[in-house]
Amino acid sequence: MYKYNEFDAAFLAERNAQFRAQVERRIDGSLTEDEFKPLRLMNGLYLQLHAYMLRVAIPYGTLNSAQMNQLALLAEKWDKGYGHFTTRQNIQFNWPKLSDVPDMLDALAEVGMHAIQTSGNTIRNVTADHFAGAAADEIEDPRPVAELIRQWSTDHPEFQFMGRKFKIAVGGGAKDRAVLKAHDLAVRVVQNDAGEIGYQILIGGGLGRTPMIGKVINDFLPRADLLPYLEAVVSVWNQIGRRDNKYKARIKITLHEHGMDDIRARVDARFALIKPTFQGADQELFSEIEAYFAAPDFRTDSTAVFSTAYKTDPVFRSWVDTNLAEHRQDDHAIVTISIKKHGATPGDASAEQMRVMADLAAKYGYDELRISHEQNVILPHVHKSDLPAIHAKLKQHGLGTANIGLISDIIACPGMDYCALATARSIPVAEQLATRFDELKLEHDIGHLQIKISGCINACGHHHVGHIGILGLDRAGVENYQITLGGDATWSAAVGERAGPGFAYDEIIPAVERIVSAYLDIRSTPDETFLETYRRVGLAPFKAALYPEAQKKVA
Amino acid sequence: MTVIVTDTGFGPDTWTAGYEGNTALDLPSDTNPVELVEQLDADVQMIRINFPSFADGRGFTIARQLRLSGYTGHIRAYGHVIADQYAMARRSGFDDVEISEDLAARQPETQWLARANWQQHNYQSRMRGGSPAAA
Repeated sequence: MYKYNEFDAAFLAERNAQFRAQVERRIDGSLTEDEFKPLRLMNGLYLQLHAYMLRVAIPYGTLNSAQMNQLALLAEKWDKGYGHFTTRQNIQFNWPKLSDVPDMLDALAEVGMHAIQTSGNTIRNVTADHFAGAAADEIEDPRPVAELIRQWSTDHPEFQFMGRKFKIAVGGGAKDRAVLKAHDLAVRVVQNDAGEIGYQILIGGGLGRTPMIGKVINDFLPRADLLPYLEAVVSVWNQIGRRDNKYKARIKITLHEHGMDDIRARVDARFALIKPTFQGADQELFSEIEAYFAAPDFRTDSTAVFSTAYKTDPVFRSWVDTNLAEHRQDDHAIVTISIKKHGATPGDASAEQMRVMADLAAKYGYDELRISHEQNVILPHVHKSDLPAIHAKLKQHGLGTANIGLISDIIACPGMDYCALATARSIPVAEQLATRFDELKLEHDIGHLQIKISGCINACGHHHVGHIGILGLDRAGVENYQITLGGDATWSAAVGERAGPGFAYDEIIPAVERIVSAYLDIRSTPDETFLETYRRVGLAPFKAALYPEAQKKVA
Repeated sequence: MTVIVTDTGFGPDTWTAGYEGNTALDLPSDTNPVELVEQLDADVQMIRINFPSFADGRGFTIARQLRLSGYTGHIRAYGHVIADQYAMARRSGFDDVEISEDLAARQPETQWLARANWQQHNYQSRMRGGSPAAA
């Protein structure tokens, strides 16, 4: 894992001192409220419905046990004892006092963490495949590139007051686990016919009120061209992106209005100017960074304990079958810890749970943890013989839920319970759905089905790319939930189709139940997933199940 | 009257030729830097770029493009630029910042001098082996 050097530490100390002074200068009137706002946002501090919210970056979702323990400390000391993991690999603390925030930032700096550029019209915290460095299908660990991008984008002088935010994600596997096509810019590690590693670059993806799937602007970028190329893209967009309407400011709209050929020509011209300023220091830095991400020294041991537990303990077996992913070492596994206990807030972890996970990482997991955009926590490297002990510990702390990838593993934004932008509640809908399908004891039979819920059109809950997407809106003061079907968050990304008129708060759970029931009736085999069935049969049969009244009228 | 901010603090305007002649340009923030560079007259010694609002960061990109294209004359940021942006302005290629007396009173010299260390703690400089981003 990356460790801060003297430069990183000195930079962060200076930055935190600047923010402390900015808070004081806001209070003494040197900064107006308008001027202070983007400054606090670029340091991760939001003003929510009820209080300030501090969004802490977990760059590319990677952290160690000391960092996780520090997050637990923040939760206890300055919040109400918990934190909320988000879809952009951040953690949010919902109840800090403004005057405490500089101290919170200093506490984060002690473990090499920060809240820089987790908000504001800046290049945001760079995200990555949460199985990076562990997945069996990986071409190359994407985290060194992500860390290089983190450093390059941090406090970049040209890109602190852009027309809108700019989100970057990096993936290095054959499968896309980072929702690459929903980002302003995505970097995908690829290998060319000559066996060289390079990067495929996509731009213009995004969700929100105008969902767009990212498109390839460059098929193969040599390694040394990455930063100048990214700089060229962001610079062109900073210049020509619209500033007259913030809903049309993102690069997806710029791309849509100008067309790919025009954007590519502008980027290429700017790249030619920028490239000579990079003389190789960035590549030396990349090599240094890469060394930090060398794979741990994987131990070898018998896996007999695991096999025995798998045969004899059905609860353990269910958890293994659902929550584990294939590791590149045969005798290791990737463990996803569900932060989606049935009936609980998706992504919320208590300080105690954070410490339990930190301890497990330190004891069994080569001191590594990951946060996924699906709002779960991952132990990326675990020897299989340690799995029974890990599972036993997780169960004791409400972390043993076996539901990864299933219908109750729901992404939900904070919604009207916290967010100032929200038009409807998301968390209670997620809680009720999970509880309902747990009661029905159907979720393992239903199989892989992703529900994603947003409490407003900004789509933080990724509803557009949910197999079943739920969007909560306000219709004349009443919550109304629209359903989209067939969305896909992977490399075969698709925006879901709207099923029809929305549902009231008390109608949404039965509506989802009708969709699932229809799926169980029409799937060709128990192995055909919801998304496969949807792609085979289309919207019509689901629409018929959702709106039985309309069917009767037609009949 | 306006105040000129440099690394040594507040000072008077030493550019006396105004912006009417051939030697100076006074540009809005939506200037296209590509066209600007193509049409730039060799006589130009001073380019002043307006910041109508501190939230409009296009000026940083314009200054940067001028430097990357080889312009070595003076570049000045003018208008609503706050002390917190001083380092960004300098790193993007601006030589100084011109602010109103009102703003100078609200954000006094010490707040600008606090950012005069813009050459330190600079990730961009690290990425480029020590040379400033605008070089």
